[in-house]
Amino acid sequence: MVRKIAAVAAMAFVVGAAPVTAQALNGAGATFPDPIYEKWFDAYAKKTGVKINYQAVGSGAGITQFTNGTVDFGATDGPMNGDQMNAVQGDVLHIPTVIGAVVLTWNMPALGATQLKLDGPTIADIYLGKITKWNHPRLVALNPGVKLPGDDIIVVHRADGSGTSYIFADFLAKVSPEWKSKVGVGNSPNWPTGLGGSKNDGVTQQVKQSPGSIGYVELIYAIANKLPFALVKNKAGSFANPSLESATAAAGSATFAANTDFRVSITDAPGAESYPISSFTWLLVRPNTKDATKAKQMKGFLEWMITPAAQEMGKALAYAPLPKPVVALVAARLKTLKGAGKPIM
Amino acid sequence: MATSVTPTSSDRVARSRTLSGTSRRDQLFRTVLTACTLSIPILLVMLLIVLIQGARPAIAKFGFHFIVDSVWDPIAGQFGAFPLILGTLITSLLALIVAVPLSLGVAIYLTEFAPPVIRKPVSMVIELLAAIPSVVYGLWGVFVLVPMLRATVFPLLRNLLGFLPFFRGVIYGPSVLSASVILAIMVMPFIMSVSREVLLAVPNSQREAALALGATRWEAVRTAILPYARSGILGAVILGLGRALGETMAVTMLIGNRHEIVASLFAPGYTMAAVIANEFAEAQDRMHFAAMTYVALALFLVTVTINACARLLIWRVSRGADAGGREL
Repeated sequence: MVRKIAAVAAMAFVVGAAPVTAQALNGAGATFPDPIYEKWFDAYAKKTGVKINYQAVGSGAGITQFTNGTVDFGATDGPMNGDQMNAVQGDVLHIPTVIGAVVLTWNMPALGATQLKLDGPTIADIYLGKITKWNHPRLVALNPGVKLPGDDIIVVHRADGSGTSYIFADFLAKVSPEWKSKVGVGNSPNWPTGLGGSKNDGVTQQVKQSPGSIGYVELIYAIANKLPFALVKNKAGSFANPSLESATAAAGSATFAANTDFRVSITDAPGAESYPISSFTWLLVRPNTKDATKAKQMKGFLEWMITPAAQEMGKALAYAPLPKPVVALVAARLKTLKGAGKPIM
Repeated sequence: MATSVTPTSSDRVARSRTLSGTSRRDQLFRTVLTACTLSIPILLVMLLIVLIQGARPAIAKFGFHFIVDSVWDPIAGQFGAFPLILGTLITSLLALIVAVPLSLGVAIYLTEFAPPVIRKPVSMVIELLAAIPSVVYGLWGVFVLVPMLRATVFPLLRNLLGFLPFFRGVIYGPSVLSASVILAIMVMPFIMSVSREVLLAVPNSQREAALALGATRWEAVRTAILPYARSGILGAVILGLGRALGETMAVTMLIGNRHEIVASLFAPGYTMAAVIANEFAEAQDRMHFAAMTYVALALFLVTVTINACARLLIWRVSRGADAGGREL
């Protein structure tokens, strides 16, 4: 919240202070990658003088503003669906920027510093309200040697629509047929059970305050707030620790079609190293921008963004960098961007 | 003597001159005031139009069922606002049940019984409560009130009143009851300060008459002062109710945000204002957006209806008070 206000205030300042002639790119969308976007745009402006304004209004609002043409680019944590893409005049291209991971955190004083181990179907059944006690046989089987108490599990989820919920629901739908048919995938699912908290901090507060609770937050948030997080069993059968490396590994193991639009889900990815609740976050750009200057600026930024130097900046803020094969694919796709119908020189 | 009563011709001339001299300014003043006054109903109508327009897809699809259905599933595109409407009404009602006797008691004490030394500081402190932003109440609720309620008050209620369906089940902390308690604390300063003003406005003759007839202080309050201030106090309660119905931030933080109707007040619930605050920014789907607007429309209508009923009540009560006054 504070960050958002600060961003808006900073933007108002930038807009107010910028000379009228200076052209700026405007974008809006996801809040999850906002810190790294702010950092990138700031660094890029210092490097090249190209100003990029970004409003972290949420993925949904970002898609709407992009569709209405009120911003030059959008940003989203969940890929646009077919209907949404049809609503856009012209075309839309998803460009992955960094990778995020969603982790499960809990509050169980009896466990101390023990790191829980979970698997997809068990998480799904907890969130479906079918596993309601901490000492359920399936949880005990997953955590040999851990003394789990018989307390009620208090399920905590996001109350606001969120890309984080989208990624989480997307993972559960892949590992649990019941979740897929009963709840489905979206950024505000109809949660079968539990308490809702607003944003990552609302969920964290709810978890911290309620002994016996379990919740999910973004990895970056869990690291910053020193929350415990669970190892999650991946498709290869090994328990993956959520980290920048294991999130990048999940993206690296994903297969891309030759002419991919990058709307690829990397939850439950194959590979022994992959953390299964990972996802790209995307910028939404137009393959053909009417304004040739803006097209050139946009392409310039995107090309810089996938350089190792820029991707390293993400690491400092706990965003996992894109793996090399994805960077190569994005670089190839950026060459096809056009300004006013012509290739950008 | 006679000249001052009967206006002379020169007086008349002077008056008409001043009238004509200011008539243009008068006209302007009048126009400005009329515009100001009209702007409020116009604003209200425009608000209604925008809400109806925005909600149209949802109105067309769900119609009246929206009000009585309980399923809220943005993925499947199914929306029903009954739990939200009920949650809003229940939290506001519970808040009033707690807040009205408390604030009325404080107001009576401050106007009738308290020595002047504590009258001023106490009412100032209470009015300060009204100036605290609701997010602050919410934070205080999350960190102080909820843990306290969960550890002490809720288990006590469950033990004492557990035979009622309202006080059974798992105690989570964030719940309908927690939200109602924070609402009660939030509306109390409003009800208190307005009823204090109303009680202060009761003419002293009313008090003295009752005391002169041999009434005790309490009897004077009960028979002479409260009936006189009845409609004003009702107005204060309605002001509090209005605030409770629309309160968003603190309720969102404390109610648990769950689209479900459960008898137990320990269970999480949801209100109309809270769901708008939570889901509006990320309502990607057209129908989801329309459903949110429909909720806003429903909240608007509920508030207007309750206010209209309250007006009616005040009108009837004040007529009754007049009749009572004549009897005295």
